[in-house]
Amino acid sequence: MGNWYMLTLVGKDRPGIVAEVSQVLFEAGGNLGEASMVRLGENFTVMLMLQIDAEKEEIAYLLQPLGKKLGLFFHIDEIAGNLHHHVEPNFRLSVHGADQAGIVAMVTGVLAELKFNILNLESDVGGSPKKPIYIMHIEGFADCSHSSLEQSIKPLINEKNIVIHLVPIDTMMG
Amino acid sequence: MAKLEILVYPDERLRQVSQPVKVIDNKIVSFISDLEETLSSLPGCVGIAAPQVGFFERIIIVDVSSRPQHKNHGHLVLINPVITFSAGNSIGREGCLSVPEYIGKVERSQNIEVKAKNELGAEVSYQMEGYEARAVQHEIDHLDGKLFIDSLVGKRNTLKKRTDL
Repeated sequence: MGNWYMLTLVGKDRPGIVAEVSQVLFEAGGNLGEASMVRLGENFTVMLMLQIDAEKEEIAYLLQPLGKKLGLFFHIDEIAGNLHHHVEPNFRLSVHGADQAGIVAMVTGVLAELKFNILNLESDVGGSPKKPIYIMHIEGFADCSHSSLEQSIKPLINEKNIVIHLVPIDTMMG
Repeated sequence: MAKLEILVYPDERLRQVSQPVKVIDNKIVSFISDLEETLSSLPGCVGIAAPQVGFFERIIIVDVSSRPQHKNHGHLVLINPVITFSAGNSIGREGCLSVPEYIGKVERSQNIEVKAKNELGAEVSYQMEGYEARAVQHEIDHLDGKLFIDSLVGKRNTLKKRTDL
């Protein structure tokens, strides 16, 4: 079945990158696991779990022509596969306010003190170029109450003049 | 009573449309008892539909009472359930006994009215919202051969739409 790797690809975005990369990996006998691709600014970014009967150097050799053709930087790390070990988030935070340095560090710093495990984070800069706003969504798991989490983030709201909505996530299992 | 085996995707039987229950006879009563035992053996689970255990008649059980933070009507056996009113939309996270190890976001009606017969054959009607309404819609989909993974919305669309769960 082969070893598991985390393959990271970054480059200027254009249509067809995923198709070309996945075709090369498929033809080489690779099997894809979980993946997350997102366009950040004008950049194509993807992290994907790849299972393949090949060494790291062989994968790099395989990807080099494609990297050159599409202008992609890539990085390969050996990892444990460990599929089917999902952790479900139990809280979501939505944060927004005038864009300013330090929002992510302050919010996530408070969360880290509570041993809040961030499972998903996405952020955008919106608003006008002159008055940018920062919007961030965080989903994660914390073994603490809604009220204790709320108390901990409250000082940030005043200090940075940002809005933070904390919502419990309750997955419906049927 | 017996704990029944859950059919797991991609088992084609999950695609079968279930038929209305004609008579609530001993066979149906006995089956409901088994379905109850099956549901209660699955911690964290708030609903189950008959076709999930290979019984293709329109019966669901929903019980959200273990989550008192959500408005609910307690333990409900709904036979031939029909949604007679729906309003509003909400996106929430769902999982399914028949699709292990996967959670996805699904858009559902926020408010519904459901009419059905209960296990005694009496006509019942409930106005539901949020989590309980989501559970009932998820289970009724099973009766029509639909799974929540047929209705997924992307992971990254939480920015634009209201999310209640």
